Amino acid sequence: MAAAISLHLGPAHAERYESNPATRESNWVKWTVIGISLSFFALFLLLPLVVVFYEALRKGWDAYLVALVEPDALSAIRLTLTAAIIAVPLNLAFGVAAAWAIAKFNFPGKSFLITLIDLPFSVSPVVAGLIFVLVFGRTGWLGSWFIDNDMKVIFAVPGIVLATIFVTFPFVARELIPLMEAQGRDEEEASTVLGASGWQTFWHVTIPNVKWGLLYGVILCNARAMGEFGAVSVVSGHIRGETNTMPLHVEIVYSEYKFAAAFAVASLLAILALLTLVIKSFIEWRAAQAAKEDSEA
Amino acid sequence: MQFNNTRRGLIALALGLAFGGNAFADVNLLNVSYDPTRELYQEYNAAFAKHWKAKTGETVTIKAAHGGSGKQARAVIDGLDADVVTLALGGDIDAVANAGLLAKDWQKKLPLNASPYTSTIVLLVRKGNPKGIKDWGDLVKPGIEVVTPNPKTSGGARWNYLAAWAYAKQLPGGSDATAKEFVKKLYGNVKVLDSGARGSTTTFVERGIGDVLIAWENEAYLSVKELGPDKFEIITPSISVLAEPPVAVVDKVVDKKGTRKVATEYLNYLYTPEGQDIAGKNFYRPTDAKVAAKYAKQFAKLKLVTIDKEFGGWTKVQKDHFDDGGVFDQIYIK
Repeated sequence: MAAAISLHLGPAHAERYESNPATRESNWVKWTVIGISLSFFALFLLLPLVVVFYEALRKGWDAYLVALVEPDALSAIRLTLTAAIIAVPLNLAFGVAAAWAIAKFNFPGKSFLITLIDLPFSVSPVVAGLIFVLVFGRTGWLGSWFIDNDMKVIFAVPGIVLATIFVTFPFVARELIPLMEAQGRDEEEASTVLGASGWQTFWHVTIPNVKWGLLYGVILCNARAMGEFGAVSVVSGHIRGETNTMPLHVEIVYSEYKFAAAFAVASLLAILALLTLVIKSFIEWRAAQAAKEDSEA
Repeated sequence: MQFNNTRRGLIALALGLAFGGNAFADVNLLNVSYDPTRELYQEYNAAFAKHWKAKTGETVTIKAAHGGSGKQARAVIDGLDADVVTLALGGDIDAVANAGLLAKDWQKKLPLNASPYTSTIVLLVRKGNPKGIKDWGDLVKPGIEVVTPNPKTSGGARWNYLAAWAYAKQLPGGSDATAKEFVKKLYGNVKVLDSGARGSTTTFVERGIGDVLIAWENEAYLSVKELGPDKFEIITPSISVLAEPPVAVVDKVVDKKGTRKVATEYLNYLYTPEGQDIAGKNFYRPTDAKVAAKYAKQFAKLKLVTIDKEFGGWTKVQKDHFDDGGVFDQIYIK
């Protein structure tokens, strides 16, 4: 929700407050607050990030590259990408559908649905993983049927994908619901009155209105999909070169005393996180611009 | 729609990535093992693949999964398709057998109680032994911080617990009651209960927590070798337990996958001089007399008790000590 609001706040506000003596804070307050937040940032965010890259490169570039192209590492990277490529589009479709249903229609059980969407956030990832083991495990509710039909779900790629989908479920919907609710359905109604079909309204009115929020949700969803540890760890079975994702691979290599290799793979995840942040800032900037153009037009 | 092609491409790519994994190998074996055997089986798998290729011309790819022994047994029961299990203790393979995945008399199918190598439990302390730890008795002193894994999930942890128990019981005036009191005090000093042996080692050697690690002998030697003899010291206690980590073919899985022959050979090869030598190199005690003689110098001599003689076998131990409501639950209440 905070994200949706911040999309519309520009630097203009800060300037207005500062230039007005009535709302300006005294200097020491300003610098103390800035100092505290910056040193916190340096200590808890910047330092670990530097350490990851320092440790990763400690044995030199060659060792770094070897750690990344080693078959088990490659397989982990491939599996992480696979899980994300499947989970993100599915959650995109689900999120748009859910947000649409909640923002544009009234139906019984609506608030219950909103609560349910948040479930993956409130459930511990380990419990989420165990749910899948209990359902799809050999002794689970559906497990024996799957095994009799020669299909593997847990301790195989499908289980990892399922767990990833589960934990990244709410991101897109969470981002869109407040946005769509705030926009109301006036524009859709206008478009329908003017003779557009349902799909035309969706593609030409609804989607353009929420596209920045949507992208933002997808980015967060993807970051979590690639970084998830707990739920995936429970359903993975930890078969090397087969069911280890990048975060699991990092843990395994680390406990085998191969620190440089562990940090090399960890640095890939860190790079991913940085990229995510860059894209996120870009989206926020574009959204702010779009909002400004709208208000000027 | 212009979307369709891209979308189809993406789906095909995703499916390809998901299921196109290993189309190359002739045979695939999965060895589900306990935590500290990572280095052992990495070396052994390569050696066995070579042996199998020379013998049959087939290429065999062996995958491995490692974790706390009890946790691994649980995963196999839940459906992890292990062709062979190489766990920390018989009780865990019994659990898999009780779930109907392999014959209950699995331990009779291979020589030496199906244990191709043995090990024992020792103490690892920081260099110079600052707390002066010499034997089990020192672990219950006030202010000593002990690191050992959780006996509920880790096989090694159960050996640790029993070694301490055996020590207390053989003291003058020792009985089951004094032994219980002793392990209660010992677990009162435990700082962190990790789920597997390797987790505990990491806690002790890398995170620097605790004064003493109760560890597999092989795990202790490996930490000293990997991280330098200038950082840690191995303390051999006066008495410990003869740990026999057993191995077994999982009948149900090999019959379904058609891998019985190669899985059986995989375990038999562990008993050959080549297999035994790899075990010795990785600090496991070989059972083959000739190979054992070669590595005799590497292992300290100490009094070792066996589970069968001292405790009446794993089934009884598991029931009395580690099942819900057993002795461990009674003493470990935080």
